[in-house]
Amino acid sequence: MSLAKRIIPCLDVDNGRVVKGVKFVDIRDAGDPVEVARRYDREGADEITFLDITATHDNRDTIVHVVEQVASEVFIPLTVGGGIRTLDDIRRMLNAGADKVGINSAAVSNPEFVREASQRFGSQCIVVAMDAKKVSQPGETDRWEIFTHGGRKATGIEAIGWAKKMVDYGAGEILLTSMDRDGTREGFDLPLTRAISEAVTVPVIASGGVGNLDHLADGVIEGKADAVLAASIFHFAEYTIQQAKEHMAARGIEMRL
Amino acid sequence: MSSVAVIDYGMGNLHSIAKALQHAAPEVDVQIVSDADVILQADRVVFPGVGAIRDCMQALDQSGLSAVIKSVAKAKPLLGICLGMQALLTDSEENSNTEGLGIVSGHVVRFSDALMDGHGNNLKIPHMGWNQVHQRPHPLWNKIPQDSRFYFVHSYYAVPDDISVVAATTEYPDAFACALAQDNIFAVQFHPEKSQAVGLQLLNNFLHWDGQV
Repeated sequence: MSLAKRIIPCLDVDNGRVVKGVKFVDIRDAGDPVEVARRYDREGADEITFLDITATHDNRDTIVHVVEQVASEVFIPLTVGGGIRTLDDIRRMLNAGADKVGINSAAVSNPEFVREASQRFGSQCIVVAMDAKKVSQPGETDRWEIFTHGGRKATGIEAIGWAKKMVDYGAGEILLTSMDRDGTREGFDLPLTRAISEAVTVPVIASGGVGNLDHLADGVIEGKADAVLAASIFHFAEYTIQQAKEHMAARGIEMRL
Repeated sequence: MSSVAVIDYGMGNLHSIAKALQHAAPEVDVQIVSDADVILQADRVVFPGVGAIRDCMQALDQSGLSAVIKSVAKAKPLLGICLGMQALLTDSEENSNTEGLGIVSGHVVRFSDALMDGHGNNLKIPHMGWNQVHQRPHPLWNKIPQDSRFYFVHSYYAVPDDISVVAATTEYPDAFACALAQDNIFAVQFHPEKSQAVGLQLLNNFLHWDGQV
């Protein structure tokens, strides 16, 4: 027996409300992130990630209050991503009760920020989130590059080299999202996940494309991911986290059941 | 009302641990403090920590809290968590050898980069996630099932000189000491404040512990 692979449900939060539609039968207010987090905790989530997609700067305090509330009653690791650009942003989230922060586009525009953040707060709380897209043509050697702005803006940065660089700069974990698969429900980009996971020394969280429970298991077995992140399959209560864990365990993966 | 002081020496976020202690035992007065007198007057003391050990030791020395912790270690129940456990040892390999508090005799070493898991894959460092804890008899394991999983995140681990102080082990992939017990001191490498029900139970046990084994 050894370290368990993790299942991490992700909540997209806009102005303090869970979006992307959440349909839980026994939840009074399906849009309340605190209630959803409570539910995931009960079902056995290994961690919870909040992605703040609030567009306006003025409303960013709402995610701080969400984290404060969740952290006072849910005692598992909490990660907050979205709009983390300064050391002060990180400090606010950690003080609110987050254990880790996800840094995405700020790492692309200023890689030194990752170094400063990990030196100041410790690598254990710095997750670098990278959105990768395949740019090679069929028949060519696989090549993925980093995109920002929800996959719309190319950066020309090669993904495997970027992941290694971010680890050198102090990232304690990589959250890898395939922009080709995100929202498709076709499963993770397994070659991408495996390439990144085998290239870096830190844990890799696979994200983007989960449509069924086998996809989660594939991410670990074939993609070599240390953790798997999903949103919609849990939000719509198609599967509970408990079911997902049991399914993965049945495929021979070490889980916390 | 009994009280517990969570030592604040400027390293990391102490709200999680304070909230978890309060949740684990609502009747206990939980204080996050840097004031030596308050720490010395509390019934129990929690010594948390995240980040790098050199920063930790510098902060403790500059604030005068090193002496306070050494004094507490002789007198009342003390719970070290994560870096707060590692700092209790004699020294650590981290930051090219850093002297610790020397309360528990032994060393802190890094996981080897060359380690492999059971499937021939390189083992990831930090050791991050939920791993099983093999307990040895101690009051702080009361009501916690043997081999329960706790949440870990660390790259270094303690190697005590006297193996009789090992209160639990975890495998990654080799067994290491994930909990130490020495008289009125208990220390854990994992994060009880992030380990859901079993973590809260351990905190509850600590908050009712008289320091006797």
